[in-house]
Amino acid sequence: MNKMLTLREAVARDIHDGMAVAMGCALESLIPFAAGYEIIRQKKKDLTLIAPISDIQFDQIIGAGCVKKVVASWVGNVAAGLGHNFRRAMEEGIPGRLEIEEHSNFTLALGLKAAAMGLPFLPTRTARGSDFAHEHHYAEINCPFTREKLLAVRAIQPDVAILHVQRADSEGNAHAWGNFGVLREAAFAAKKVVLTCDEIVDHEMILSDPNRTVVPGFLVSSVVHLPFGSHPSPTQGYARRDDDFYFEYHKESRTREGFESWLKKWVLGVKDHSEYLTLLGSERLKNLTPGGNLFSPSVSFNF
Amino acid sequence: MTDYNPAELTVVIGSRSLQDGQIVFVGAGLPLLAAVHAQHLHAPTLSILFEVGGVAPQVRIGSLPRSTNEARSVRRSVATPATIDMMLFLQRGLVDVGFLGGAQVDKHGNLNSSVIGTLEKPSVRLPGSGGANDIASSANKVFIISYHERRRFVEKVDFLTSPGFLDGGRSRENEGLLGGGVEKVITNLGILEFDKETREMKLVAVHPGVSVKEVQEKTGFELLIADDLQVTTPPSAEELTLLRALDPERRFLKAGEF
Repeated sequence: MNKMLTLREAVARDIHDGMAVAMGCALESLIPFAAGYEIIRQKKKDLTLIAPISDIQFDQIIGAGCVKKVVASWVGNVAAGLGHNFRRAMEEGIPGRLEIEEHSNFTLALGLKAAAMGLPFLPTRTARGSDFAHEHHYAEINCPFTREKLLAVRAIQPDVAILHVQRADSEGNAHAWGNFGVLREAAFAAKKVVLTCDEIVDHEMILSDPNRTVVPGFLVSSVVHLPFGSHPSPTQGYARRDDDFYFEYHKESRTREGFESWLKKWVLGVKDHSEYLTLLGSERLKNLTPGGNLFSPSVSFNF
Repeated sequence: MTDYNPAELTVVIGSRSLQDGQIVFVGAGLPLLAAVHAQHLHAPTLSILFEVGGVAPQVRIGSLPRSTNEARSVRRSVATPATIDMMLFLQRGLVDVGFLGGAQVDKHGNLNSSVIGTLEKPSVRLPGSGGANDIASSANKVFIISYHERRRFVEKVDFLTSPGFLDGGRSRENEGLLGGGVEKVITNLGILEFDKETREMKLVAVHPGVSVKEVQEKTGFELLIADDLQVTTPPSAEELTLLRALDPERRFLKAGEF
């Protein structure tokens, strides 16, 4: 089944106010920034955002007023430091009050994994004794076999996971490589998956390299062809990290007014992703296109 | 060579603390720099782990990743499993050293990277744990790099994000945490370890030109002082040359506070 939609169509159809949305789950790579910008343009409300570390993506969507709650282990600007919008929301309730379900990377991964396994929780030895482990999504348990003390992490089920990957076919069979973070756990836990990708490939390409498939198409609701859809985050083989963009964002979002003008320039003032790429300019995109000779040789699947 | 800044000194001491053949799980910033420095200078088979899933990558000189979790950080890795697998390596007890930075550290080595003030009324909301809690919970030993000042070295952290020795004594073991806890804290003033019984922070070495008085003045609690207090060897020309080549734009090795 061909699941290809435009970004506008996919976000309009699959993301609704009040939903729990996992996005940016490969940590600092493959962040679906373009999809986040479209969420902001469509003025979605009261979202719960789920990801361990999603660099500045959460900060942007929080600042745009679309978020009620974050389920995260880290919210900020990875290379530059604190997230100004996250701070304003948590410290001053600007632009609105924000709830947070605090995690470590491991407990967030386990919460998603539990949902992906169809289980209500998973046990771990991490995070015991920390102050966030007292929150309601954790419980102290004893192993039924050894009686030792463990921490139970409640399952986290996203309504939808938005993933950016290198390539997919029109049915949503997704190839990805490089850093995964908790991308697979998020996709396998979510009720549905929205995929954005740098390249659309023939179904035959997927069949020729099935070990590279991170998400089978039957989990996927919509597929959006979106070159540089992870900008400014990197997509190995397709896009370098645009380091300057993060530092510029950090500087400009320092004040609420600065963030609003940043948002106007890069998100609200552009109609869609292709206008965003035009705004970035061909020279900048050229510099962000990886060079080098780090190719993986093809392998034999003969039998 | 005496011309070095506090960040450079701290990273060099951090690099020296690692040994060839070890498996080290590193956080972003100066710990990453220290591990890469060690890998290039004296520990060629040091395996660096990143929480995103990079196993034993070889970071290129002059192309240091801005963060531990993006494409540059898996260059020539031996494997790129996912985050959950990396965390399971920790939980299995397979990681020799966890290497962290921290906004606040207390006398028992607990770290706060969540909030200054309280959760209900934060004066500064910090980003949170990331993978720091997991590293501190389960690495066999933990090194911390921190800038030394009173507001960072506190009697008790405002929020315990990542466990050191909790309330001291046997409290870490009683909580069922794996790993040995914090072995050393490396700062721009000296090196601190923890008393074997009380698990209170103890100054074991000062850097050249630094007095015990200065360290105590910049610490927000009473420090134990080792009987055989050492003076660290300053960075050599070779150590500094490599370090500066790793970070030519001085993103990490800024002058002054880090």
